[in-house]
Amino acid sequence: MTLRDAAPSTPLSGQRGSGSSWLYDPTIRGIVFQVLLVVGLALFGWWVVHNTIVNLRAANIASGFDFLSTRAGYDIAQKPIDYTIDDTHGRAFLVGLLNTLVVAAIGVVLATVLGFLVGIARLSPNWLLAKVASVYVETFRNIPLLLQLLFWYKAVLSVLPGPRQGLALPMGSNLSNRGLIIPRPVIGEGFELVVGAVAVALAAAFGLSRWARARQMATGQSFPSGLAGLALVVLLPTFAYVLAGMPITLEYPELKGFNFAGGLVLKPEFMALLLGLTIYTASFIAEVVRAGVLAVSHGQTEAAYALGLRPSRTLRLVIVPQAMRVIIPPLTSQYLNLTKNSSLAVAVGYPDLVAVFAGSTLNITGRAVEVIFITMSVYLVISLLTAAFMNWFNARVALIER
Amino acid sequence: MTNIAAEDLSADRSKMTVGSQVAVEMIGVNKWYGEFHVLRDINLTVRKGERIVICGPSGSGKSTMIRCINRLEEHQKGQIIVDGTELTNDLKKIDEVRREVGMVFQHFNLFPHLTILENCTLAPIWVRKMPKRQAEEAAMEYLAKVRIPEQAHKYPGQLSGGQQQRVAIARSLCMNPKIMLFDEPTSALDPEMVKEVLDVMISLAESGMTMLCVTHEMGFARQVANRVIFMDQGQIVEQNDPEAFFTNPQHERTRLFLSQILH
Repeated sequence: MTLRDAAPSTPLSGQRGSGSSWLYDPTIRGIVFQVLLVVGLALFGWWVVHNTIVNLRAANIASGFDFLSTRAGYDIAQKPIDYTIDDTHGRAFLVGLLNTLVVAAIGVVLATVLGFLVGIARLSPNWLLAKVASVYVETFRNIPLLLQLLFWYKAVLSVLPGPRQGLALPMGSNLSNRGLIIPRPVIGEGFELVVGAVAVALAAAFGLSRWARARQMATGQSFPSGLAGLALVVLLPTFAYVLAGMPITLEYPELKGFNFAGGLVLKPEFMALLLGLTIYTASFIAEVVRAGVLAVSHGQTEAAYALGLRPSRTLRLVIVPQAMRVIIPPLTSQYLNLTKNSSLAVAVGYPDLVAVFAGSTLNITGRAVEVIFITMSVYLVISLLTAAFMNWFNARVALIER
Repeated sequence: MTNIAAEDLSADRSKMTVGSQVAVEMIGVNKWYGEFHVLRDINLTVRKGERIVICGPSGSGKSTMIRCINRLEEHQKGQIIVDGTELTNDLKKIDEVRREVGMVFQHFNLFPHLTILENCTLAPIWVRKMPKRQAEEAAMEYLAKVRIPEQAHKYPGQLSGGQQQRVAIARSLCMNPKIMLFDEPTSALDPEMVKEVLDVMISLAESGMTMLCVTHEMGFARQVANRVIFMDQGQIVEQNDPEAFFTNPQHERTRLFLSQILH
């Protein structure tokens, strides 16, 4: 039959038959399709850019990135670095970016702590604690974040009384509709000594724990390295602080007229955003943690108990290392979500990157394409960096199977 | 269920000596899961060096009974005295008992994030406060006894079921227990791996270990056990030496059970 006729002449090329049907060779096909796709993508990209430029020109809209070095002309409510209305849009961008990073970084830390506590509480044998944790998770996980931000801003923080009637807290702090005012640490001379002492104490505590571990492995004797390390970290800087003549003084807020002077002000906008992001994300992290712990089978606990390990050791040596592997990948997503969700800041008037740069700067300069492009790229870079770090961390603790 | 025939296992009964001291004593033990009465008036005395096989239909309370011995389950009435220590709510006594009682589970329960060697040294290092090196040397000795020293640096996931169960036995032995509990150690294994685990258990019996073993491996019971216990509905229905137990069961329920598992 035909197969038998064709087969001997081209034994290696299989069923290809005569030379005209090279199209049926999967390798050649693959290359052809790849080339076509790349060409197509390049054409599409060129068309988008070209079309945009032509249209911008036709509409007489200026383009380019020169606006970054022109005067911004607007003020920003929260400035981690020096900024006035005479500074450039470039500097305004930096202020917005820093504000985003500040709220995201603090939010990630707080949400992690709160999330782990709630997640473990929900597994607690204590009925009341577990139920409270469940109610927390189910409430905050199921209400839109934007609504929660508005709740904290409009329904909680804005309706607080004015500074004169504000809630007085210890150390001269005050919570009012102007925000939370706390004492501000003022750094004086000799502060380097304290910083140095902290560094030395941390290094010593680290060395101590390694030494204790090594000694236990060598001789079996245990040493309370955690407690000793804590004592080092607390006592040494305190000693240095006193020795250096107490270089840190606190500037207490003082009521002058209708507002406070001095002190450190956490504005309601910042607090609303931080509270909203933390509480919302923590409810998801709590579920991630709970799932991680539950994913470790009960047999692991039983095996550890049967060997005579105490519950605390079992948790630390057997359960947590296994649970972390399940927790880390979804935890990464939650960190990314929190960072990206911080762009909802605009709803409560917190001057983050989107509010400042993609808001004020865009409106003033009209460079919509450039501004949005830069803003998107920034979020992309932050997210990719976070994910890269977490993937590296995950790979370090990954389970070896087969 | 595969059953390894008694003839396929070689055990030297002359090495298995029973002492006069009591290893485990259960007096009038009762346990409930809510309304369900799992253990009813269990009375059992195990002497040092005894090898006891416990069998019975599923749900008869055999696993629950041996899990009470190292307090993985709590009993509600009666007394359990293990190696002279009575099990109460006293956490210190529970720790003491668990240190001296080893346990092997149906599903091995090796720690998947640790190597075989680390699995074996974890408890000696953290519970017995043994220097790491000494713990590792002891672990290698036991791994050699269960015939897998070459796997010491692999992870549990890389081993076969039979190998994992042998590691689990070695892991328990590293704590130098006085009593070993086995909870259906071969039920989760592929048929061809049952024998390698039973062989290890036989050599353990020959070393004079006190063993309580929930299993349906009747060949193993014939060769090794000096007493077979039949449980049903939370009660010890019948106990006898293996010869009498298999050839001349006293109770109707025992006869029915044996006719179902022995073909």
